[in-house]
This record gives sequence, structure tokens and C-alpha cells, in this order.
Amino acid sequence: MEPIKVIRSRTVVLPYDDVDTDQIIPARYLTTTTRDGLGEAAFADWRYDENGEPRPDFELNQPEAAGCQVLVAGNNFGCGSSREHAPWALLDSGILAVISTEIADIFRSNSLKNGLLPVVVDADTHAWLLANPGAEVSIDLAERLVGLPDGRQVAFPIDGFSRYCLMNGIDQLGFLLQQEAEILKFEQNRPWQP
Amino acid sequence: MSAKSLFAKVWDEHIVVPESDDHPAVLYIDLHLTHEVTSPQAFSVLRERGLPVRRTDLTLATMDHSTPTLPVRSFKELQVVAEPKAAAQIVKLEQNCAEFGVTLHGFDSEYRGIVHVIGPELGATQPGKTIVCGDSHTSTHGAFGALAFGIGTTEVGHVMATQCLLQRRPKTFAVNFEGQLQHGVTAKDMILALIGKIGVDGGVGHVFEYRGSAIAGLDMEQRMTICNMSIEAGARAGMIAPDDTTIEYLAGRPLVPQGAAWDQAVARWRSLPSDPDAHFDREVTLDVSALRPMVTFGTNPGMVVAIDEAIPERSDANFRKALEYMGVTAGRPLAGHPVNVVFVGSCTNSRLSDLEQAAAVMKGRHVAEGVRMLVVPGSQQVKKAAEARGLDRVFTEAGAEWRESGCSMCLGMNGDTVPSGQLAVSTSNRNFEGRQGKGARTVLASPATAAASALAGSVADPRPYLAN
Repeated sequence: MEPIKVIRSRTVVLPYDDVDTDQIIPARYLTTTTRDGLGEAAFADWRYDENGEPRPDFELNQPEAAGCQVLVAGNNFGCGSSREHAPWALLDSGILAVISTEIADIFRSNSLKNGLLPVVVDADTHAWLLANPGAEVSIDLAERLVGLPDGRQVAFPIDGFSRYCLMNGIDQLGFLLQQEAEILKFEQNRPWQP
Repeated sequence: MSAKSLFAKVWDEHIVVPESDDHPAVLYIDLHLTHEVTSPQAFSVLRERGLPVRRTDLTLATMDHSTPTLPVRSFKELQVVAEPKAAAQIVKLEQNCAEFGVTLHGFDSEYRGIVHVIGPELGATQPGKTIVCGDSHTSTHGAFGALAFGIGTTEVGHVMATQCLLQRRPKTFAVNFEGQLQHGVTAKDMILALIGKIGVDGGVGHVFEYRGSAIAGLDMEQRMTICNMSIEAGARAGMIAPDDTTIEYLAGRPLVPQGAAWDQAVARWRSLPSDPDAHFDREVTLDVSALRPMVTFGTNPGMVVAIDEAIPERSDANFRKALEYMGVTAGRPLAGHPVNVVFVGSCTNSRLSDLEQAAAVMKGRHVAEGVRMLVVPGSQQVKKAAEARGLDRVFTEAGAEWRESGCSMCLGMNGDTVPSGQLAVSTSNRNFEGRQGKGARTVLASPATAAASALAGSVADPRPYLAN
């Protein structure tokens, strides 16, 4: 995983609440046994019509959406299924961060494991971002700040451990493997065995 | 010592390393359930790093999501029945389980079935355990007083390699269901009513504990239906304190402790219920006495009304988009709306009592012309038990299809789908756009309501059918 410091990009806005992981990647794409090449499946049912042609009215199909690395979405983004294919598909399609007022628990956890930044901001900042698609923003992971074009800096929360791993490109399995002695001790000393 | 909730008791007992500002807690996992869709990339990571599955004795695999529900007795037959990528995924699970020494309930196992049906059925699901699976409906197992939640594939790899997860402690949320359900109203209607009340994000960051007289009166299968849909309100998990009903259900199952160990386990389980003055971060109470059968009208499980209640009128874009997708009208009830497909199945409602509920409505009657009805038992054990009671004949004589176990039409990745533009009344858990097939429209309901809708050919109240 590449270390993340600062993401600078224009935004693409998907102004719907409760965008679920079935929309981010429909189940029929989950028969894969690898994590690669899922970008084409991202938002497939919103992106393409029944003949496989791009729908001209879909936000991510607009010419100005090309190259945008920051997705601004409605409240409760990523609800539903635990499929990690959702962040895999977004990353493969070039999205590096999602900004919302709320991001569903499992999707957030999966995103943090893969280098997709889940950024939760206050309602006013969110409303401004929704109203200004294409805004040039910066997301500074070290400072935990979103920078807006007018110079405002808005703080966002992120778990310190996940932040450390993302900034250094470390995967969390390494940390868990280092706990082996503690895990063994726990297994030997617990009052009952599962 | 201060009063503790059921959640706190289970959580605290599984802390290997406490959480700090620097890192989350290292939480020990007692049971890891796995299936074909969310495991292949995790096995690949183990292989790349030369790691074994640390505790194969605490890991259990089955095939359900992309597995066809048409009869398949061998991997050779699978190549004929299944779509090639789905077949390859199932073969991959077989290879991975053989290579890493994980027990798999495959085609030849009489215990194969939906992962959240077979865990309880085998007695692998027990009070006080931590249980995870690469599937959000792992919350189902909370019905036994386990702390059970869905994880992504990276975390599936973490559990395989270390039997642990890195977790921040969630908040707690007491959900009190009080009163007595009317005949024909079920656990499915209770959980849909809750999601309608608090919304699809009402439980984010929290673990529910379902409590109250209406929960105490439910059997284990109905409790599983409630806990199953905790995730549809955004909660990571939902738990119910173990009681006599729980212990009676588990007694004699293949994987529960035997002899003196059983007595010790029961004593331990009896100590799990929340202390009387335990703290909860949030609390909500619902009276179920006047509850009617519930149906969803939109594209998430929080968009729900009683069957004879008008769909609300709202002007916001999200709401209008959902109604347009569904082809339904605000201001009118859903009862009477034409139905193309009826699906009884899924980890929410595919157990024996769910099928009995549907059969009670359908016995001696026939599915309306033009309606396709699919009944899919949750496991091969459920299938066997249902056939022993003649339920399969009730369904097939009514014109419904009776299948092998699997996730089937709940998520349409195994050959069972709802065609674009058609409306399905489904006992599953998600009515998201395209969930049951591209362009499919889904109305979530109980097995009784689904069965009544199949007979009527339109969304229908089951109570008149049950009265006759």
C-alpha cells in the first residue's frame, strides 16, 4: 500500500443519501477471486444502461468528473453489505477519498484497510461541498484537515492507529502478528475454551 | 464492580490487548464462519505471506452466496448448472479449505446451507462467543447472546492468521419491544417497524440489545430474524440475552459442549444477561400490540409502512427517486399493488418456522396466475425437516418452486434473479436498487405476507388467509 500524505483533487458529487454497497458494486461482480480490475464495475447499474452504454445523466459520467479523486456523497455512504469489493472498486476507478456527514461502519473499516480515506465533515461544510461540485480541495491526513478553495480548513476525525498505518503504508496484519505472545497467553489463561 | 450490559460482559472477556490512543483493542474471536465470496482474497494473502489458518478448529466454511439452488450433487454437475465464474469461485473455496485444513460443508455435506442458518443449527453459535464472518448479516448470531458482526475480506485474513481483530469499542443501544404480537404479525414486522422508526443509519456505531416482553416471547428462529436485520439500521451487531428458550434450542446440537461441560456452559450463559442497572448510550421503546404486517415501499429497509397504510408524501429528491424506481405512488397503500415474483428464503427468513408460516397461508390454495414463487430452505437440514412435514408438497401443489439451500434470490448472484422492472415480494433483508437483479423492484415482508401476496397476485395482508 502506498503511503498517503495529502490528496489534492477536484470533487465529484453524488448527492444521494444512503448509497449502499450494492450500488457501489452490484453482487453479480462478486464472483471474482482477486481484488483487481473492479473499477469497471463501480456504480455499474447507475453508470451504464441496459445496453452497456454510459448513461449521460449519471454524475460520474460527466466530462468534468474525469480524473476526480475525491467523491462527495450524501449521508450514510456505504451502508449495507460488508463486501470489501466496494472500496476495491472505488480505488480502481481512481477515487482516493469519500467525504460525507456519515459513513457506514463496515465500509469505513474496509476503506481504512485499503487506503481509501473516509472523511466525515460537519453539515455546513458538507452542504457547501454538495452545492459546489468540482471544487478543488485538499485532504491532509497528517493534520486531519480538509482545505476548501476559500482557504477554510475543516477538521475531520480519524482513528489514530489507522492514520498512522495509512501515512506509513503499513498494513494492520503486521501489528496483529506481533501480538502472538499475548494471544497465546490469552488462549492459555481464559476460563473457558470455545 | 459496576453494572454491565450483555455486550460489555462479552466484549470485556475477549480483550487480548486493551485499546489505547495508539491502537484499537485486540479482540479474540471464538468462531469464524466463512464462505466462497469474501474468502478467496484472504486465503491468497495467507499464501503470499506463508501463514497458516491459526485455529482451524474455530473456523467453519460453507457455500451459499454464489451456489446454485438447482440440485447439484458433484463439482462435475456444478460446471453444467452454474455460471463459469461462480463455479470457479466455489471450486476455489474447496481447494482453499483442503489446502489450509478448514472444515467445509460442501455439496456432499448434509449440513450445507446459508452460513447464518447452519451456525446455529450445528450449535456452533453459542451465548457469550465472539463470532465473525465476511458477511454483514453475521449479526444474526446475536440472537443467542453472542457478539457477532460482519467484517471485510482484509479482516477475514486477520482472523485466519491471528484469530483476532483490531476493534474500537462500540456504543450500546437498548431496543425495548413491549406488548404482545397479534396473530399473523411476526418478528419480521417488528424489525421493519424499528428500522422505519430510527432509520437506516439509526444504529451506526452502536450494538443493539433487544429486550422486553415481546422479545422474551419469541422463539429462537424469530429472534434470529430480528438480530439479522440489525445491520439494516446501521448497527454492527444486535444481541438478545440468553434464557430458557436459548438453552432449550441448543441442547443436543452437534457442536455444543457435552456432559459436565454442558452444565458448566449453561451456568456461564446464565450469568450473561445485562445487570438491572446497566448503562446504555441510547434507548428506544416500541409497543408491538397494535403492530400490523409491514412492507417496504422504497429502496432501503427504512422506507416502510403497514400494509394498509398510505405511502407517505415527501418532496425530497432521494424519496422521489426511490418511488420512481419502485413504480409506486405516494398517498396510496401498497396493498393491492401487482406482484410478479415472490421469494421465501434468505438468512432472514428461511428456517423451518418461516416455511411453516408461509405454508399455513398457502395450504390448499394456489399461486395467482402469472406470479412466479420460489421457496428456498436455508439449509439442507431445513429442507429435510420441511419435507418430512410435507411443506414441500404444500408449496409445489400451490405452484411454487422448491429448491436446494442457498442465498438464492436475496442477492441474485447464483442464477436466481428478478427480471428488470418486475416487482418481487421478498422475505429477504435488502430492497436496494438492483439487489435481486438489475432493475428489480423489491418489497420486503414476512413469510406470511409474501405467501399471501403470491396467492393474491398483489401485495396482500396474510391475516384474512390465516383466519379461514
